[in-house]
Amino acid sequence: MLWNALTIAVREIRRNLLRGFLTVLGVVIGVAAVVIMVSLGQGATESVTSQVESLGSNLIMAIPGTGVGPSGGSAPGFRLSDAEEIAAGVSGVRAVAPLRMVGAKAVYLQEDWSTQAVGTTVDYFSVAGWAFAEGRPFTEAEFVGARPVCVLGNTVVSELFGQQDPVGARIRLKGLTCEVVGVLAAKGQGAMGQDQDSVVVLPLSTVQRRLAGRLGDRDVDRMMISARDGVSADRVVRDVTDVLRDRRGIRAGEDDDFSVLDTKEIADALSSTTKILTYLLGAVAAVSLLVGGIGIMNIMLVSVTERTREIGIRMSIGALPREVLLQFLVEALVLSLIGGLVGIVLALVVSYVLAQAMGIPYIIDPRINLVAFAFSAAVGVVFGYAPARRAARLDPIEALRFE
Amino acid sequence: MTSRAPIIQLRDVTKTYGAGSTAFRALNGIDLDIKAGEFVAIMGSSGSGKSTLMNILGCLDSPTSGRYLFAGCAVEGLSKEQRALIRRHYLGFVFQGYNLLARTSALENVELPLLYRGMSRGERREQARRALDAVGLLPWRHHASNELSGGQQQRVAVARAIATSPRVLFADEPTGNLDTKVSREVMELITDLNRTQGITAVMVTHEPEMAGYADRIVTVVDGTIASDSRRRGDGVESEVA
Repeated sequence: MLWNALTIAVREIRRNLLRGFLTVLGVVIGVAAVVIMVSLGQGATESVTSQVESLGSNLIMAIPGTGVGPSGGSAPGFRLSDAEEIAAGVSGVRAVAPLRMVGAKAVYLQEDWSTQAVGTTVDYFSVAGWAFAEGRPFTEAEFVGARPVCVLGNTVVSELFGQQDPVGARIRLKGLTCEVVGVLAAKGQGAMGQDQDSVVVLPLSTVQRRLAGRLGDRDVDRMMISARDGVSADRVVRDVTDVLRDRRGIRAGEDDDFSVLDTKEIADALSSTTKILTYLLGAVAAVSLLVGGIGIMNIMLVSVTERTREIGIRMSIGALPREVLLQFLVEALVLSLIGGLVGIVLALVVSYVLAQAMGIPYIIDPRINLVAFAFSAAVGVVFGYAPARRAARLDPIEALRFE
Repeated sequence: MTSRAPIIQLRDVTKTYGAGSTAFRALNGIDLDIKAGEFVAIMGSSGSGKSTLMNILGCLDSPTSGRYLFAGCAVEGLSKEQRALIRRHYLGFVFQGYNLLARTSALENVELPLLYRGMSRGERREQARRALDAVGLLPWRHHASNELSGGQQQRVAVARAIATSPRVLFADEPTGNLDTKVSREVMELITDLNRTQGITAVMVTHEPEMAGYADRIVTVVDGTIASDSRRRGDGVESEVA
């Protein structure tokens, strides 16, 4: 009986392909939307994680305040001496780069570009894993002398200089004229989608004295700490925390007013955010699948009316009401399964193209495909039931008389 | 012929539509016996109750009161499902409007009742081809029903009705949509099936010429049987006792 219903249902679908196509269009789009959203979300999560991890597993960040976000702003910043103390006093630390970051507009001739000026030490380039495309880092002497020299990120070079060679040129940053001594190799998009190459690196003292906009500024916004190979990040985090607590005068029992995180923790924090976003997008897309199901019900209901005569014929030659019910149910199920399959194929293609365009990894998760497929089947049965029941309840005599 | 038991026996069958003051009695105490192998025409003007009678005979509807024995079994109180099963296994239908599935080949149309009988694919094909051959439409088996002429469509409908080798073939105004020439062809086909294959046929018509093909003419007036005459082999009509 089931096989019979399937035979009849497939014949009916084949008989009117356009109607079938319109019926499943909603499911196709719904399933595709769910799968695309989730795979792109997973790709983004993967991308964030791998980019944070690419900073190096032995990288540790120290940030004033606890937790990410504006609440951290109230805690006092670090000092250069903090960085020096950590570098000298914690055995597992290879190098420390204190960072002072100031937003600034870089100007060269007629061109200008809003970017971030980073004041730091010479160690920064090795700690952050920068390679040089051209020129050199600033020297220890230039650092000590707070010289107006800078190293440009790739984006700043292309925005200000185009194809010209920037090394030796002078640019202006907030009224400070400084000489370009080097160009960093491009790194690409950062973990949060920001452009890592839109940066101008200067000696810390230069930024503090001449760009920070406040006399006697000695603040450091954060410290990047690179641990020695083979040293456990946990131990370094602990030791750095101890040094900073001591220097900031935090007594035993009091909470830290700063955070020390290793890259794994940062990656976890960021990827949990993108995961939440993924589920959110998936849920929104699932609503469209639901709408697709309602579309099936809508068209099937119309189609039952349109096919009243056909139902009458079937019943007059001996089809049982439950066979008519089964036929319409199987039709809805077959249609929505086809819609689910087409949607998945569509999603694979579209998410591949989008992943390429967005520069994130292309991830096929069989689970989400299965879930979307099963969901489309459920949609078929649930939304096919009402029209099928209506068809089964028709009276053969009335149905045959229907014009 | 007289020795055979009737396949259809109606006893004091009534059918009332509606209830209370708006009730309409379409059939008013019908007694009718139809024997296996007979070709019966039911005549009557529109509103006479002949279609209602046909629907009850064809197990599409059930009577309000009275008894209906089909092949000796009482079927008057059967449920919708049970009546559907009687139709599936014992009855064949031909309608005025052909009632074929559109955009479906002649062969698939004829296969339809066999499909509901749960017949295997090969058997189904074979039996459908035989039925189409019997109505002379085997060469048109792959044509969609809407590509066929009215006469051809009605012959496909006859093939569909006889494909299951039914005990009774019901034809409701089978020539109503056809011109005279094609009507005669269809009537000759039904007569031929009745004569050569012994299929019991019950036909509703209002055209005396078409009724003339039958062995027996039952005339319904106002829900009762007004006359019941049998035509002998010699062509002389006589009242049924």
